[in-house]
Amino acid sequence: MKQNDHNKEAVVSIKGVYKSFEDKDVLKGVDLEVNKEENVVVMGRSGSGKSVLIKIIIGLLKPDKGVVKVFGKEMHKLSKNELIELRLKIGFLFQQNALYDSMTVRENIEFPLIRNKREISRDEVNKTVDDVLDAVGLGDTADQLPSELSGGQEKRIAIARALVLKPQLILYDEPTAGLDPITSVEINELIKEVRNRYNTGSIIITHDLVCAKQTGDRIFMLVDGKFVRHGDFEEVFETDDKRIKGFYEYNFIQ
Amino acid sequence: MGFAESAVMNTVTTPVSKPVISKKLDGFFSDVYDLFKFVTQFFKDAFAPPYEFKETIRQCYIVGYKSLPLVTVTAFITGMVFTDHSRPPLADFGASSWLPSFTGIAIIKALAPLITSLICAGKVGSRMGAELGSMKVSEQIDAMEVSAVDPYRFLVVTRVIATTFMIPLLVICSAMIGLMGSFINVYSHEQTSFNLFFYEAFSKIGYAEITSTIIRSIVFGFTIGIIGCYKGFTTTKGTEGVGKAANSAVVLIMLWIFIEEIVLVNFFNPFYYE
Repeated sequence: MKQNDHNKEAVVSIKGVYKSFEDKDVLKGVDLEVNKEENVVVMGRSGSGKSVLIKIIIGLLKPDKGVVKVFGKEMHKLSKNELIELRLKIGFLFQQNALYDSMTVRENIEFPLIRNKREISRDEVNKTVDDVLDAVGLGDTADQLPSELSGGQEKRIAIARALVLKPQLILYDEPTAGLDPITSVEINELIKEVRNRYNTGSIIITHDLVCAKQTGDRIFMLVDGKFVRHGDFEEVFETDDKRIKGFYEYNFIQ
Repeated sequence: MGFAESAVMNTVTTPVSKPVISKKLDGFFSDVYDLFKFVTQFFKDAFAPPYEFKETIRQCYIVGYKSLPLVTVTAFITGMVFTDHSRPPLADFGASSWLPSFTGIAIIKALAPLITSLICAGKVGSRMGAELGSMKVSEQIDAMEVSAVDPYRFLVVTRVIATTFMIPLLVICSAMIGLMGSFINVYSHEQTSFNLFFYEAFSKIGYAEITSTIIRSIVFGFTIGIIGCYKGFTTTKGTEGVGKAANSAVVLIMLWIFIEEIVLVNFFNPFYYE
């Protein structure tokens, strides 16, 4: 699906974002706009600042300079309660999944639900959890602990947990990292299916070209803390820029 | 912005060329400031809804019930050994009959709160430091935050309430078990009856002493919870950081318990001897 097919209402708008850690400049003036129900992929080498960017969008890190608006609200000017309210509309998939290892799969998924909708009945909780487990194809794992799951299953459960509050935007941090190629393709399919089924917009952080090609409507290349190129997959990689070409060739040789 | 993040921000503003001592001082004051913010946050969140009753009760069970066997054994041995050590010097003065009241004062006023708290610093404080530390480095705390759940309220407030309520109960239990240990020792040597021993043991203990012990235990309990959680919550640098968090939690809790003991004993002393 091309960008112009999407609803043009921006859910994320980033302008001139800078971020440094000690003496290392990670982001050096990043601009990005993500529209409703659009899958945007941010690509770049390890250490290029992709994860920092996504953590700034969700409000886990604060930019040194610049404006980050999510659903029209300036993220870093919100009070604690306003931030909690806004985060109800956003799902987040961590690179290492970050499942609560002392809780079962069911407890992991219902954790945000029962704490944000305190009036919800036990039956409704169970039904919602079963629904999202079915959506990620793991309905039979509800009573297992995260340590009993494979990498791909953990990833699916983490996606289910991100979906349980029915977010309008999902942020994926390296969704295929550490997975075999077949499982990676399954996760990519799941990301597309989630968008179609739940009408969510997504920002997908990855250095995996297959993931970018399979899931992204628009792709942004982050090099040395700045976006150097953006467009659909073909547009981005049809270039003589060695930094992008090298990235493409190396990824496919790998 | 989380506490770890604010620590990062502090580092960002530190000029690179500062001398080592100055950097260490900066780090120390930055730590003190972060701890102060962490404590203030507790009082803001503890009294405002939503309350995490179920998790608080679970933490009370872990802190209280699961520490009971260790506290019981230690208190019993402490009572017996302390009585053994106290007998010869008292006998030198012909004051063996003071043994029950002497051990009563020592156990209730000093040994029970201090030893129980130090044991719990090791058992509970290190556990909190390591548990929250590993949650921090594996991004589980961030996962709570992004799923619109306040991790401070769920992880810290519940644990600190649990230690603040459970340590005084453990201290009361420890005092009674310690006195039982002392009684068994006294009975085996002097054949003092149960009633007489406990009558004598409590003869020098009034409301002021009991109030002081309970207030000190509450303070120690709060210290164990808040420092254990603070160290865990501000863990950085992976598994090595988790080990450091657990270790520094225990060291810092013990140091604070001794400092608080000095301050509080001097505060309460005038009430005993009025």
